[in-house]
Amino acid sequence: MTVTDDAPVGSGTPRSGEPLVELTEVQKYYGGLHVLQDIDLTVDRGEVVVVIGPSGSGKSTLCRTINRLEPIDSGRILVDGAPLPQEGRALARHRADVGMVFQSFNLFAHKTILQNVTLGPIKVRGLAKGEAETRARELLERVGVAQQADKYPAQLSGGQQQRVAIARALAMDPKVMLFDEPTSALDPEMIKEVLDVMVDLAERGMTMIVVTHEMGFARTAANRVVFMADGRILETTDPETFFTSPESDRAKDFLGKILKH
Amino acid sequence: MDDVFSNFDLVLKAFWMTVQLAVLSGVAAMVLGTLLAAMRVGPVAVLRTVASTYVTVVRNTPLLVMCVFVFFAAPNLGLLVGTPFLVKGTIAVGLYTAPFVAEAIRSGVNAVPLGQAEAARAIGMTFAQNMRHVVLPQAFRASVPPLASTLIAMTKNTSVVAVFGIMEATARMRYFVNRNADDTILIFVVFAIGYILLVELISLGAVGLERRWKAAR
Ligand SMILES: Nc1ncnc2c1ncn2[C@@H]1O[C@H](COP(=O)(O)OP(=O)(O)OP(=O)(O)O)[C@@H](O)[C@H]1O
Ligand SMILES: [Mg+2]
Repeated sequence: MTVTDDAPVGSGTPRSGEPLVELTEVQKYYGGLHVLQDIDLTVDRGEVVVVIGPSGSGKSTLCRTINRLEPIDSGRILVDGAPLPQEGRALARHRADVGMVFQSFNLFAHKTILQNVTLGPIKVRGLAKGEAETRARELLERVGVAQQADKYPAQLSGGQQQRVAIARALAMDPKVMLFDEPTSALDPEMIKEVLDVMVDLAERGMTMIVVTHEMGFARTAANRVVFMADGRILETTDPETFFTSPESDRAKDFLGKILKH
Repeated sequence: MDDVFSNFDLVLKAFWMTVQLAVLSGVAAMVLGTLLAAMRVGPVAVLRTVASTYVTVVRNTPLLVMCVFVFFAAPNLGLLVGTPFLVKGTIAVGLYTAPFVAEAIRSGVNAVPLGQAEAARAIGMTFAQNMRHVVLPQAFRASVPPLASTLIAMTKNTSVVAVFGIMEATARMRYFVNRNADDTILIFVVFAIGYILLVELISLGAVGLERRWKAAR
């Protein structure tokens, strides 16, 4: 599925139920540390899944295995029905289909905002420069930073940088978008502008896996909440149920802690 | 001293030779050094070993030994036979300087935040694209000061090839000194000024680059 400006808007977006990302029996170790244990997770096309859990529970690692920034030790990960390639060009192509947004934005510091968004389409997808720029300007417009196109990342606020990072990922026309705590490095007044862009994306039907503790976002946009602790998925439910009546003690304990702040 | 000034064209020619040697060796060293640096940070274990072995071996070899190898040993092995002196000089100085360039760039690569390469991988860039478009351009920016030092040292090192009969600046200086023993100091000053001018050019270039790239970091 591609997201374009004329994609249908609104919660009435048809959501076909076929699986897009499938993790089966995934195990991952860092040395002796078992960071992902028996992970089974299926994310359907158009679905928005929020991953939540205490620090060190393996949320980032889970995200990173899906575009193979981290290899797994055993188990199986399928994206759009195909297993993740091992190495080289095939793997690079796979990564191009899986968008990723990092906590620390990671915009290319030596490139302008526009170049940040066009680099992938030009070098990886082989688009002509003009075509890539037109599309990039549309995306920058959509995330509300079109005015900054010729600036460098360091000249933008954190919230603006993160929105550019989302545009950069979208420019690759990804099948699924991974967000690893996209708002936790931001000042409070900038969190909303980024979440708004993400909610808009969800409404347009993008498949999203979002690591976040923003309950507002989970309630508005998520179809499911996945709760992780100590490398395991302990609960998978709809957001309302999770936040009002979590099953496991770990989840109750965790929610108690984040709700206090 | 009159001898130097009335034959100033010889001085200029000698410095022109030095400039040629420095530019050609500099380009060769930058290309090979960048390649070595990329190999050292790359995913292929064999290439990493090859590059780090080259760096270790050559960095610990005196330039004079490298020159002896290129000018004498290689022709004995049937290599570089009949190659012009300038090219041999370039090969010797280029091969010798490359590991220093590689280390300067590698320190620059280490200064590039990990997230940059990761973001490039995440949008589907191959290792080569990542290096070329994301990591190395930023690494070069961080490497300008050590690279300038390396290139300055290299420019002065080109004088070593004088031993092998290339009439670059230092060889020409010795020629004048031999003919005018009384003016040794003055002749030395004239040639020293020539080297200082060349080296200052590199420093100025480095300062200019640093200033230009400040905004984009
Ligand atoms: N590269 C690594 N090498 C070794 N251990 C690692 C590495 N990356 C993460 N870990 C460990 O793996 C575990 C899971 O880490 P991960 O970053 O996935 O957790 P997280 O749920 O994202 O935590 P946080 O909320 O703090 O971001 C932690 O114990 C962490 O210390
Ligand atoms: Mg994390």
